[in-house]
Amino acid sequence: METAVAVKNLSVIYKNGFKALNGVSLELPAGKITGFIGPSGAGKTTLIRVLVGRQKIAGGTAAVLGSPAGSAKLRGQFSYMTQNLSVYPDLTVTENLNYFARMLGLRGTAVKTAVNGAVRLVDLGPQTEQVVGSLSGGQKQRVSLAVALLGDAPLLFLDEPTVGLDPVLREQLWKLFRELVGKGKTIIITSHVMDEADRCDDLVLIRGGKVLAHASPHELCAQTHSQTVEEGFIKLVEGQK
Amino acid sequence: MSPLKTLATSRRVLAQLHHDPRTLALLFVVPPVLITVLKYVFQNDLAFDRIAPMLLGIFPMVMMFLITSIATLRERTNGTLERLMTMPVGKVDFILGYAIAFSVLALVQALIAAGVMLGLLQVTVLGGTLPTLVGAVLAAFLGTSLGLFISAFAATEFQAVQFMPAFIFPQLLVCGLFVARDQMAQLLQWLADVFPLTYSVDAMKEITSHTTWTGRFSRDLAVVAAYAVAALLLGSLTIRRQE
Repeated sequence: METAVAVKNLSVIYKNGFKALNGVSLELPAGKITGFIGPSGAGKTTLIRVLVGRQKIAGGTAAVLGSPAGSAKLRGQFSYMTQNLSVYPDLTVTENLNYFARMLGLRGTAVKTAVNGAVRLVDLGPQTEQVVGSLSGGQKQRVSLAVALLGDAPLLFLDEPTVGLDPVLREQLWKLFRELVGKGKTIIITSHVMDEADRCDDLVLIRGGKVLAHASPHELCAQTHSQTVEEGFIKLVEGQK
Repeated sequence: MSPLKTLATSRRVLAQLHHDPRTLALLFVVPPVLITVLKYVFQNDLAFDRIAPMLLGIFPMVMMFLITSIATLRERTNGTLERLMTMPVGKVDFILGYAIAFSVLALVQALIAAGVMLGLLQVTVLGGTLPTLVGAVLAAFLGTSLGLFISAFAATEFQAVQFMPAFIFPQLLVCGLFVARDQMAQLLQWLADVFPLTYSVDAMKEITSHTTWTGRFSRDLAVVAAYAVAALLLGSLTIRRQE
């Protein structure tokens, strides 16, 4: 199976001395939804930031699509939806998408095509001329996701894309993620909500900067003799103590 | 660097301001109102004629410093810069985009303020309108560059606002607006010599009293431009791909 991300003995230490990641080693498959699951402060966002090239590493290696994380040639090869909304609240949906499309290097009709496509995917048609700051929380989240869908990148890093969303919207977004994977994309997603773990093809349970387990939800439940991923996670944490 | 991405950034910044008419009104209305108030404070045309053009070298810098430092800080804190830095975007595209957008804004601000000053208030600037506008726009460019640089040291908008009294007011006090620089203590004169606002104010003084574009005016403008470019370069260093 093709590898999208390869991380070996990765460590990240913040300026205040906090060890955010400690000897993480992983190989994540392409063409699947991989979930980084764990409580707040576990190191999920730090790991994503390393992979998108924003976070300096203290040790080890990280490669994305065969190139070192953060290398210039990777820019445009992946999309990144940050935990913050990371869109301009004082611009309309269309103005935001037009700007980010141009920043990806799209020009002319390609901008319009990409923007229309992203708007359709996240179902924001009626809101395109509204200022983002005036939208509901869920709609803002979808604008941020639409930006990540603009360049048709093969790899998507989505940091807590469903946090704070109502169940119906979460269901819609997971349906969309599944459609995107069906078209050959790779999605790496973080969540601290355990019931989202079941929706992933591949799970990485993280706690205290370390990987507790890396398996499919089914394998994880089997290995820990648990009914749910949450139960399995708790057993792993207790076994660690 | 990509000129198209730079211009897209400028357009985006201007579009953000377009959605904020109150900020635009403050930017364009406050300077001419303050200059007008000053005329009636002085009640002495000679003193007002001397000071008013200097204000055109100060207002654009102060206002652009404030607006740029806050706008850039927002980019840093709301995640948009984080996202942009993972995209195929040059740091120069981002910084120059801001500089161009705010220079356009400064030109409009300077046109309005100069129009009121030279037209309605009948201030005499021997050098004419064009050098006055050039001086004002360069001052604004300087304010934009310094704002971009300083925003890296502020964690909140509250801190960014506090940088104005900390960073701009000392320059204002020793630039020669209130007391002639040669009458100040030696230490203050040295400080004035290294502060960029001094040269912006000097440039305005120069065109007030000369009918032609003088070498000294060019030198002052060149110093202001050099400081602005240096601040932009330093500003680009504070924007990091990796943290």
